[in-house]
Amino acid sequence: MSDLVVWSICLPLLGAAATFVGPGRLAPAVGGAFALATAVTGAMVTWLVYDGGVMRHELGGWGAPLGVELYVDGLNVFMLGMTAVVALAISVASLTYFGVRDHAASGPGRWSSAGGYWPVWLTLWASMNLAFASADLFNLYIALELVGLSAVALMLIGRDTQVLTAAMRYLLASLMASLGYLLGVAMLYARYGTLDLYLIGAQLTGEPATWMAMALMSVGLFVKTALFPLHFWLPPAHSSAPGPVSAILSALVVKVSFYLLLRLWFVVFADLLSPTFGQVVGVLAAGAIVGGSVQAILQRRLKLLIAYSTVAQLGYMFLLVPLTIPYGGSEAWHGGAWSGGMYHMLSHALAKSAMFLAAAAVLLSVGSDRIRHFRGMAHELPVATFAFALAGVSLMGLPPSGGFVAKWFLVSAAIETGQWWWAVVILGGGLLTAAYIFMVIRYAFLPPSPPAFKPVPKLLQATAMVLALLAVLIGLRAVEPFALLEMGTPFVEAAHVGTHQGEVAE
Amino acid sequence: MMDQATIYAMAAVIVFCFALWGLISYAHLIRKIMALNIMGSAVFLFFGAMTRRGEPETTDPVPQAMVITGIVVAVAATAFAISLAKAIHRRTGQLRLPEERDA
Repeated sequence: MSDLVVWSICLPLLGAAATFVGPGRLAPAVGGAFALATAVTGAMVTWLVYDGGVMRHELGGWGAPLGVELYVDGLNVFMLGMTAVVALAISVASLTYFGVRDHAASGPGRWSSAGGYWPVWLTLWASMNLAFASADLFNLYIALELVGLSAVALMLIGRDTQVLTAAMRYLLASLMASLGYLLGVAMLYARYGTLDLYLIGAQLTGEPATWMAMALMSVGLFVKTALFPLHFWLPPAHSSAPGPVSAILSALVVKVSFYLLLRLWFVVFADLLSPTFGQVVGVLAAGAIVGGSVQAILQRRLKLLIAYSTVAQLGYMFLLVPLTIPYGGSEAWHGGAWSGGMYHMLSHALAKSAMFLAAAAVLLSVGSDRIRHFRGMAHELPVATFAFALAGVSLMGLPPSGGFVAKWFLVSAAIETGQWWWAVVILGGGLLTAAYIFMVIRYAFLPPSPPAFKPVPKLLQATAMVLALLAVLIGLRAVEPFALLEMGTPFVEAAHVGTHQGEVAE
Repeated sequence: MMDQATIYAMAAVIVFCFALWGLISYAHLIRKIMALNIMGSAVFLFFGAMTRRGEPETTDPVPQAMVITGIVVAVAATAFAISLAKAIHRRTGQLRLPEERDA
């Protein structure tokens, strides 16, 4: 059964090849079919792990420490499943988006961007799945680099000057970050003689080479995850990309490096994590929440506002670090904070992709993303407006949304561990979020004034709506995702190393 | 007493830092791309320095495999970055990002 993991990586790659070689006219149909197949495979892997436990696959029959292993536990499939759902929805939305946009831009029959979109998008999806399934530091480097390169390439579907310079900045930041990560990998290999995450974690000692590797890899991945104050590349990149691409970048791509950071910290470097380290990460996270939200409030363009909101929301995810690490004399890791942070990531992925798709619909309709041009949007584009508002409900953390459940867990962890200051940051951040969401909603409900709204495809608005609904509904039924997360809790150390080396469900 | 491998490894770290400084301080895109390549070479030098390890000394093939893979990635990334730089030059007539000035 563990072959399915391999298929979740190979299928989108095959799809990328097929859409690249085949006629551009067929690219949407072929690409869409492969996207569906990939999503189904991802969902099946998720179900198998939920049902049967950790899966391991030795590529080519070579096991660790020499070979490259694929390893999936609850945390991996949480990411894999999240990607499957969001990526499938975005694929559906892009089916209509590019057709309409090309028609508007250059008339029918000219160069179609969909022909370039599908191969790159499926490559990106394959790389993300590879990153989620690898347990090998070097293989993870390859996956990171592939994710970075294909994410930048995907932006270039949009062809104005703004996209080009934003893509260049993103590319440079991303390459710099992955080289920092790679130097860290080299140092770890020099010291421990293996690339397997779990084998290194089991024999880790705190010495200069290890500390340096940890610093290099962490800062590199901070840049890739756009953690404040290293987020300089994110707002231009995420706001200038074409609609569905923005959704992909904001909802999924930044989560890859975030996931990798957690894996590194809580599996490889777990013995080195101290309360001080947690507080430092917490300060950066709080800076992200406050700085990102204030910037979002100051924006006058919708897509920049949503992009700065991503900077802020990434801060919430990083807050799980100070809350999970034992604090104030306590010895125990706080599992609730861990689950809350991860749940926040899931609800953000759903809400943010819904927001960007709603913004794509509005942009197609109004032809501008200046918020003051949105007067009357609620009347003309009710579905997109409602999707935006629902996604906003989840971002603000109002019940019963997924964002509410996540923040509830984070706040109670902050109070239980006596770190009330993070609870203040979380709740204050919610108020700031409400400010920028209502700013958009207010204009949407003002009486309409010309310019007129052009009709947009129903399917695009409907996918935004479905994602926004999911973001709210996961708040009602959080049992299964939490069970999955518990299987991936990295600090049940003994069990983890045990399953990895010994009895594993093949 | 420092052995050869340690000297190479330290040289690699120093080169890495210089190249990182170059990447951040220069505004010219080709210089930035070259700085990235030098950063990459520094990492490869580090990998090369640790192929000799253990007692008795044997040659470890794994870092070599990683360097070869790394070079392939570096070539692809450089080609991509240069074509992007060319596109920016065609569009704006400049080889720098809009908000940056030379240090």
